[in-house]
Amino acid sequence: MINAPILPILIPLVAAVVLMFLSKSVKAQRIVSVAASAATVIAALFVLKKVRENGIQTVDMGSWPAPFGITLVSDMLSILLVLTASIITLCVVVYSFRSIGSGREAFYYYPIVQFLLVGVNGSFTTGDIFNLFVFFEIMLMSSYVLIVIGGTKVQLRESIKYVLVNVISSALFVIAVGYLYSMTGSLNMAHISSRLAEIGADPLVTVLAILFLIVFGLKGGIFPLYFWLPGSYSAPPAPILALFGALLTKVGIYAIMRTYTLFFYHDQAFTHDILALLAMLTMIAGSIGALAYKDVKQILIYNIIIAVGVLLFGIAVMTEESMAGTVFYLVHDMIIKAGLFLLGGIMIYAAGTSNMTKMGGLIRLYPVLGWTFLVASFALAGIPPLSGFTGKLLIVRAGFESGEYVGAIVVLLSSLAVLYSVVNLFMAVFWKTPEGELPKKKTQMASLFIPSAALVVLSVLYGVGTEAVYPYVMQAVDALIHPEIYIDAVLKE
Amino acid sequence: MEILMCIVAGLLFAAAVYLMLSKSLLRIIIGTGLLSHGTHLMLLTMGGLKTGAVPVLGENAASYTDPIPQALILTAIVISFGVTAVFLVIAYRAYQELGTDNMDQMRGMETDD
Repeated sequence: MINAPILPILIPLVAAVVLMFLSKSVKAQRIVSVAASAATVIAALFVLKKVRENGIQTVDMGSWPAPFGITLVSDMLSILLVLTASIITLCVVVYSFRSIGSGREAFYYYPIVQFLLVGVNGSFTTGDIFNLFVFFEIMLMSSYVLIVIGGTKVQLRESIKYVLVNVISSALFVIAVGYLYSMTGSLNMAHISSRLAEIGADPLVTVLAILFLIVFGLKGGIFPLYFWLPGSYSAPPAPILALFGALLTKVGIYAIMRTYTLFFYHDQAFTHDILALLAMLTMIAGSIGALAYKDVKQILIYNIIIAVGVLLFGIAVMTEESMAGTVFYLVHDMIIKAGLFLLGGIMIYAAGTSNMTKMGGLIRLYPVLGWTFLVASFALAGIPPLSGFTGKLLIVRAGFESGEYVGAIVVLLSSLAVLYSVVNLFMAVFWKTPEGELPKKKTQMASLFIPSAALVVLSVLYGVGTEAVYPYVMQAVDALIHPEIYIDAVLKE
Repeated sequence: MEILMCIVAGLLFAAAVYLMLSKSLLRIIIGTGLLSHGTHLMLLTMGGLKTGAVPVLGENAASYTDPIPQALILTAIVISFGVTAVFLVIAYRAYQELGTDNMDQMRGMETDD
């Protein structure tokens, strides 16, 4: 099975094509999409085992040798993220059965979710910069459909803004790839990296680094470029929002990680100072939003922006320890954000409103939901035994060690803002006396609650089992800190 | 030749930015069309405009033009064609539902949520 890294892309692709033919039968669609998502998780576990035992796995498509054909590269970072994305998609698909509504289910909801997974897994796995653009477009095109599916007024209005922003950032991506091609004459990421190492600290390389930062920052929601995110993400229903919040922005962060460790590490004094500054501003902007709003969705959406800031700061410090923290935090944040958005969806459904000042007293009807949400909130803020702790600890310690005191303190203060915003949400939604009679909807809760709770349990296990995860993360960091490992694996020198 | 093409692409970008900052949705979509034209022209220029035969092996020429940028542009054209089609249909649906194509009237958090 030398072609194993392609499986997490191929399985959802085939499933999506099959699902297109099954659009009449909702039941068949559900069975096929759950089976395909579960198969993707198993395939990802299989590749993870191979990468752990034999190092970086590469597939030259069509057997063309490395710089000339398209190469798929599964290093530890890619496959960890592919596995996380596949697990989240499985949980979201199960959650969708009750929550997405039969109107959307009959109009190609499940195939589009599978296409989104194709785009996300492909972006994580590819080793070719133009192929990364194509997988980005697959992911974005699916997200355009997911954001507008159902066709309510809010969705139509917000999808116009979302599509426009992404069309512009895609055009910038193509321009950036064009400039990179004119400088290096290659599209293979490992080959570009070795060519850029020959060029060294050229000012044009720095300009290109900033252009790529703008492109991926628009996708990832970095400080001056996050303006589209709160509005667009609040439009679609909860399971779609969970997919967006957990996967889309993190692909942008992954792309920044990849390009800044593989291409643009020659003039760190300039580029990484800009990264650190933007990271701090992102955390501050996110914290202000998370504290300001009284809406369940908006509070959780601004928490995405805070997490993007923390991850960006981890990349900016660029030591072995900070990269380990970033990888830890990236996987944790994908899992817990999906879990929180799914739980938030249940809360909105149970209370019949998303305004937290109008909610209250849900703990009497739904005690298990309430305590699960509290555990998820603590994990998000990084309370020690839970999953957010290790990542932030490593990032903050690395920040202090390399003299980035202000940034490290901002990370700590942002955790406080995160904790305050979600605990405030918990108290308002679950403890406060309700204004009126609560609507009774208890019968349908279990099927919504189980997939969301599964993600929270997974995040708790991830936090408690840090020792077990650590060697995997260190293997991922090894290839990030030493790009020659990646280059040698791809070009087979 | 490259300099001339860069100037033309720059003019296309300037026109695209101007159109995308206007109020009418259709003008914005025309702007995205010009933006993708500029991008594709830029990509072709960045690949180099040195003279040579068309990249077909039957020509038996001494040198050929670089085939990679042409393949990239072909991919990018199809993608931007798909996205533009989706965007136009969303704009049409939004016009039917919201009754306006003025972006200023499409903000609003308070009215129809």
